[in-house]
This record gives sequence, structure tokens and C-alpha cells, in this order.
Amino acid sequence: MYWEKETETMPGNRLEELQLARLKKSVEKASASVFYGGLFKKTNLDSNGIKSLEDIKKIPLTTKDDLREHWPYGFLAVSRDELVRMHSSSGTTGRATVIFHTIDDIKEWTNIVARSMYMTGMRKSDVFQNMMTYGLFTGGLGFHYGAEKLGALVIPAGAGNSKRQIQLMQDFGTTAIHIIPSYALHLLSVFEEMGVDPRSDTQLQIAFLGAEPHSEKTREKIEEFYGIKAYNSYGLSEMDGPGVAFECRRQNGMHIWEDNFIVEIINPDTLEPVPDGEEGELVLTTLLRDGMPILRYRTKDLTRIIPGPCECGRTHVRIERIKGRTDDMLILKGVNIFPIQIEKKLMDVPGVGTNFLIILERKGFNDHMTVRVEVQKEFFSGDLKQLENLRRRIVEELKGDILITPKVELVEPGSLPKSEGKAVRVIDNREE
Amino acid sequence: MVAYQLSVFAENKPGRLAKVTGILKKGKINIRAITISTSDGFGVINLIVDDPERARSILEDEGLTVSMKEVVAVVIEDKPGGLDKLIQLLFDEDINVENAYGFVLESREKAVFVVDVNQLEKTQKVLEDAGLKTLDAQALSAIEPFHYMKY
Repeated sequence: MYWEKETETMPGNRLEELQLARLKKSVEKASASVFYGGLFKKTNLDSNGIKSLEDIKKIPLTTKDDLREHWPYGFLAVSRDELVRMHSSSGTTGRATVIFHTIDDIKEWTNIVARSMYMTGMRKSDVFQNMMTYGLFTGGLGFHYGAEKLGALVIPAGAGNSKRQIQLMQDFGTTAIHIIPSYALHLLSVFEEMGVDPRSDTQLQIAFLGAEPHSEKTREKIEEFYGIKAYNSYGLSEMDGPGVAFECRRQNGMHIWEDNFIVEIINPDTLEPVPDGEEGELVLTTLLRDGMPILRYRTKDLTRIIPGPCECGRTHVRIERIKGRTDDMLILKGVNIFPIQIEKKLMDVPGVGTNFLIILERKGFNDHMTVRVEVQKEFFSGDLKQLENLRRRIVEELKGDILITPKVELVEPGSLPKSEGKAVRVIDNREE
Repeated sequence: MVAYQLSVFAENKPGRLAKVTGILKKGKINIRAITISTSDGFGVINLIVDDPERARSILEDEGLTVSMKEVVAVVIEDKPGGLDKLIQLLFDEDINVENAYGFVLESREKAVFVVDVNQLEKTQKVLEDAGLKTLDAQALSAIEPFHYMKY
């Protein structure tokens, strides 16, 4: 049931002792880097100043901008000879960030990915098809290494080529997949086209969903259509990648591996910690990374800590499904909106298909939101009234949630642009 | 007898109808009647064709969203009062018409009126009792006046 029982079920006080010892070491290691070396000098801080976990607040927060400004080697805490791997974020805004790993860093990262997969019930007898992009993106290689360490047979399928994916599943009896949720929904139409029923014609049991935030309803749809269990996971390249947090079989929040990371939730405006259970921005500190330790990193991801112990027996804290990124947030007529909110509402409406697109436009001084929604094929009965009712219902549901009346357009199933990577949910045509 | 009406879901933008007629042309499907109803940005194209099953399958193969439903195709006289006779009859029987459209079979002789009703079985019985002829898919295919041109 446990990959490392002692660590996973470690009582809270012992876990905190472990964290404190590791934090001190991490601060010590970090001081060797240009960035933290300078910062500690400026703030007159060293590892002796860390006497309790509370003292972590003495360390200033690190942001993505800090990583960018000290690109590429400013955070490096070891000699470049020690590095064996680099990964880079997709860098959709501004310059990409780069993270370096030593051989031990890769080992520790691989271990938490294996631990996470084991937690969901994956075993060495499983056949794991990794349908993520390999390369600079951490999702592909991170899971690959973890699954190999666990001992499963890994099919390094990579992203895309839908028909081949399905063929591989059938030929080699794939039991577990790692897939982007929007792609999992899109793939269903390819299954249908090929006359393959994922429920009865494959041996799939587990899906690891990652790389983009998704709603509970999307998970339910994937579980139902594929006849599997789908587990949410969370990671970011700055904190290694996948494996930072993962759902256990209870599927009630994601455990963050606290022997590897210190978790804080802060108010993104005041930067003060919020009480347990309240929503805020996730801040993480690496505890076991030698090559590039990062302390108090602002992830820009919004979530909350689920108070109380988990029934699974693991003592590591749980976070809720990511509500959105402070980056993804749309501000429309002064209202803050997250694309995931829209998805959540849409997926609750019967008749809504698998894809949608939000388009923002500015007309004069007014911002307008149009939501293009694919209709579910089976829903269409030839009745215009029924479609009109669906459209009206979507408008009402969205209006109730985001307090803005969007224009809703129903479009044909499969007509919106599909993505084999992270889904494009928002097109912002407003001028800066 | 019941006939089949195909309905295609289409966004209301140039090219969507052309796509539908293009596919049907390629499949050598003859369109007996077509109506289009639109709402805000989208619409439904209703079709009566000579081979609804095949038409449905080739449209779906091209990725279109199609549904098929039973409608009643009534033969009426192509002269003043021809339609009124039918409509009065439906009214007397309290049958509500959801959608309807017609086409001429033989000028000044016969026309077909297609009605989509809420009570299909009752309608069929009422029409039968009144001696009105209804056409099924096969009949709609066979009444093709230029049948010999099919190759």
C-alpha cells in the first residue's frame, strides 16, 4: 500500500523535525548560489537563523521574475560539472526559466514520482503509456523515470498521433496512461472513429491527469467514458516537475510530499500566510535539491490546504484541486474570472460537449466575453428549440457564477481547434 | 406510413449549407425538400431525401452532426384548399404541428406536405381514417419524376 511506509505515514512532529533539519541544509546549500548568496548577505541571514519552521518567513519570497533575471546560472548552487539534466518551462510569457539537476536531484525526483504512482495502485505488473511530450517539458521524462523506478513496463509514446496511441494501447495491453485531460476527452472521438471502445476493448485501469487544471466534472467524464480511475497530479518545473503533489486512492485532495517540500499558502496581495483551509497562493520550498535549491517560491497557483488527516493514513498535507493561476486570471469589467470556473460550470450542463473556447474582445470602452461551446453529438435531436434552451441555460449558469453575461455560441462537435498539448482555452483580442 | 427527416446541426456561417449539399451531391442523394431554421449563430438544416439512411451515414462520415426522426409526409391536392383540408383535420383532432413544409409533386395535381407532430401514431390513424395518403421513405424515393435520370 505504501512505497515508503515510514516516510509517508510519519507523525506530524517528526515530519516537522525532518523538515527543519532539511530546511537548514537547503538554506546552507542555496547560499552558494549568486542569487541567494546576495540575498542572504543583504538580509543578514544564514542557516543559523533558522531555528524553527516558523523562521522560514525570514527568507524573502522568490518569484519567477527572479529566476528570469538570474538566467541561466544565477541560482546554481553546485559546480556545473555536477549537473546531469536541464529542463525549461514553456515560457509562454517572457523568457523561459531553466532548472538544472544533479544526479541526486534526479534520483529524489524520480522517487517521489514512483511513490505517487504507487499510491494510486500502480504496480510493477502494469503497462504504462506515457502520452506526454518528452523533452524540455518535465511531464514526459518525470513520469517516465518514475514509472521505470516503480518497475512498470513503460511505453514512451509521447504526445499526439492519436490513432497510434490507441493502437499501442491495444497491442501491448496498456493499463495506465499519463495524459492531458483535454486531450483525453478529444481522444474519445478518435476511439469512436476507430470503432474501439475504451471500456471493453482496452485494459486501461488508471489515468494520471496532469499539465493543466481541470474540473471534477471533467475527471468524472474521463472516468466514466474510459471505465477507469483518473488521478489528479500537480507539479511545476521549478519544483522538479510532476510528483510534487498527487492524489491517493481517496481522490480527495493531493498530498504534497512534505519530506521534499515545505508548503505555505499566502494571500497573493498582502503576502501574509492565510489560515489553514483558506484559499491563497501556493508557496513551495525545495528540501532535497542540491543543484538548484529554491526557497519560498511563489507558484502563482491558487489552492487551499484541506485540514485534517486523510483516511489513507498518509500524514503529508493535502491541497485542493488547483483553482487557477494568478497568471490565467482574466479581468473583465473588473471581475476576476478563471477559465477553470467556466469549465466547471459548462461541464455540469447536460448537452455540452468536450471543448470550449473563451474569446475576449473590446468594443469601444466595453469588454465582451464570447464563449464558444461544442454541443455533445448525442444531444442533438434536430430540434432548434432544444439547442436554444441549451444556449440559454449555459448563459444563465455562467452569469450566476461569473456575474457577467457572456455571449454563448453553440458550435458543432469537433469544430473548435484541438490541441495535443495544453488546451488553448482563452483568446484575448483586447488591445493592451 | 412514416417518412424520415434528417436534421443537420450547423453554425450559421457561409459554407455550412454548401458543405451539406456538396456531400449529398457526391453521394448521389436526391433532396426532396429542405428547410433551414436559424437561431443566434447556429441553425438546423432539415432534409427530406430519397435515401435517408445512406445520406445520414455519408454526412456523419464527413464529421457532421446529424439526427434522424420520423415525420409524416402527406399527399395533398395541389389546388386552393388542399392544405387547408389537412390542417383543419389536424386542428379538429387537437394535434399540434412542431414544424412543417411542403413540396409539389406534380404541378396542379399533387403536393406533399411534411409535418412533424407531437403525436405521431394518432396523426397516422387520423389521416388514414380521413383517406389521406402518406408516403414512407421508399415511396418518397420512388416518386422521383426524373427517376430514369438516375445512373
